Amino acid sequence: MTKKMDNTTRYERLRERYMNGDIDRRGFLGLIGAAGLAYGVQTPFAKYAHAATDQVRFDGWGGVVSEAFRKHAFDPYTEKTGIAVVDGTFGGGDEYLSRVKASQPGEYNIAHLSGVFDYARYHGLELTSELNEDNIPNLEFVIPKLVDVFRGVTDGKLSCVPYDYGTTGLAYNRKYVSDDQMQEIGAKILIDENLKGKIGGWSDWRTRMWYAALQTGQDPNGVTDEEAAWDAVRAHRDLALKYWTSGAELMSLLAEEEIYVTEGWSGRIYALQEQGHDIGYMDPPNGFGWQECLFVIKGSPMEACEELLNFMLAPETSIAVAEGQNYPPALDPTKVELGGKIPTLPAFDPTGTLSGLTFAKPDYWNGHEADWSKTFGRVQKGY
Amino acid sequence: MSIETREARQPWILLSPALAAVALLLFVPLMFIVVYSFWLRTATGADQVGFYLDNWNEALTDPFYRDILISTLRIAAITTIVCAIMGYPSAYFIARSRGNKAILLLLLMLPFWISYIIRTMSWINILGVSGAFNSLLLSLGIISEPIQMLYNEATVILGLVHFLLPFMILNIYVSLDGIDTNLEDAANSLGATKWEAFLQVTLPLSLPGLAAGGLLCFVLGAGTYITPLVLGGPRDAMFANLVFEAIITQLNWPLGSALSLMLLAVLGALVMIYNRYLGMAQLMKGLG
Repeated sequence: MTKKMDNTTRYERLRERYMNGDIDRRGFLGLIGAAGLAYGVQTPFAKYAHAATDQVRFDGWGGVVSEAFRKHAFDPYTEKTGIAVVDGTFGGGDEYLSRVKASQPGEYNIAHLSGVFDYARYHGLELTSELNEDNIPNLEFVIPKLVDVFRGVTDGKLSCVPYDYGTTGLAYNRKYVSDDQMQEIGAKILIDENLKGKIGGWSDWRTRMWYAALQTGQDPNGVTDEEAAWDAVRAHRDLALKYWTSGAELMSLLAEEEIYVTEGWSGRIYALQEQGHDIGYMDPPNGFGWQECLFVIKGSPMEACEELLNFMLAPETSIAVAEGQNYPPALDPTKVELGGKIPTLPAFDPTGTLSGLTFAKPDYWNGHEADWSKTFGRVQKGY
Repeated sequence: MSIETREARQPWILLSPALAAVALLLFVPLMFIVVYSFWLRTATGADQVGFYLDNWNEALTDPFYRDILISTLRIAAITTIVCAIMGYPSAYFIARSRGNKAILLLLLMLPFWISYIIRTMSWINILGVSGAFNSLLLSLGIISEPIQMLYNEATVILGLVHFLLPFMILNIYVSLDGIDTNLEDAANSLGATKWEAFLQVTLPLSLPGLAAGGLLCFVLGAGTYITPLVLGGPRDAMFANLVFEAIITQLNWPLGSALSLMLLAVLGALVMIYNRYLGMAQLMKGLG
């Protein structure tokens, strides 16, 4: 049986809140009255709006994550609401932003974005929407710290819901680099001349500058000696075999032993370990922590998107996706039982405070975005 | 309407769908790119509409872009020469073979059935540290440790040659196939050796095909960005990679537009020089 996010559903939800004691009788009747008034006013135009929401577009990273979303969120959502979910993929956040920039409002709806700085970037481009959190009751299961950081960007409102988190730490082949060596050298392993030609790195300017800050003993969220940091980026470039551009390429380079050490995404390295490769993973002090979110783009059908977000945030969906992609979900472990695998994932914080992770400050990184992304483009090519 | 007027209009009527497609799909987007190149990128990544020469000033005066452009043209030139050296004997063999010409041409076309990206990535499995070539050398005892062969300029050129060689062979083949073999026999009967007959008769007559193949290989090679991305090292970027970075990574569409127009102008000038001296007819034959 299909069930759309219509007025009946809204009434049922309101009634449920009233029956649960979340709102009082006066509030319940007031909202019913207001809804009736609003319905009377907007009915002549409502059919056009409803007719437009026959599908929602979701864009993500593809692979096992998409499969998990399809199975645990999209199909049940379509079954309940009758709204189809068109599932697209992208290779990176920058590429996706270019596509959104070139699109018409409403063409893209929900995206699985990385980092708070991306969220702030979308906000800067006036692409943020405003979620009605009452329509996303599962938001209450999410770690508050992850939600608050987004609220800070958009004046207390939300245009996304946090979904998962992870780290970009140091990955190394234990056949050639020992755990002790890694503990001793830390981030400087990426500029170790003994490993020349066997070092890799992500072709992402933020990651390059973050690790350059660590290599030069600086705070990644407050680099004071930029030239020293760029010199470290150059040193890494001269020792590196290749900059990788995707998670698949990272895994291939490590698995094929083309490189012995690189920074890497915690979930991808865990996947390599699961496949039996003797790859170590270490988050150095001030290692790069990040979170991903499900972002609703301005111009999207909000209620339909909020309903879908609620499906995607449901613990069974979040846990299935987390187990598929090997990144801990944004669910608060003190509120939700996360099963057996998630506590073993890298970067997982059982306290739900995430106090051990250092996240990129969006204002700081976006303030340097235009300058540093361009400079890295040049440094990368030998300048 | 007179018959003359009707006849004069007929070609335009027949051409109108194609002209409309070219106008809508090529000319109009190109005009958008031209307009974009005069805008500016703001700090947030949004575009500032207006008429600014900053992007053009940067693209034309910054030695960084000039150096990468020269490097791109050099790599495209080396690729074209390698394709010509490897392609000519193959095209000659196909053109002069008797019974199996169709099969050989089919074999030549086979790589086009596989995605260009997959074909490029296949070199990782061939030349990688644990790839087929290293495994063979190790098993034969020729080397004791794998050789690092990937991720340098040589592998970028190798990938480009792999991609472009069929274009060169097809163009030379079309040219060779149109040469009357009796001309070589006539040269032989006049005392020329086979080699002299080839050098003085066949090769000059096939030069238009070689030039057409060379132009195609050069233009396509200079405009690629996938090959250096997959097979290149940290420094092995080509000019199209700069366009990609400006538009996708830096969200700087105005600068990316100026850079792409700059590359288009350089390659367009090359095509015009070719057309001035050799004409486009041979190229059309090769593409057909």
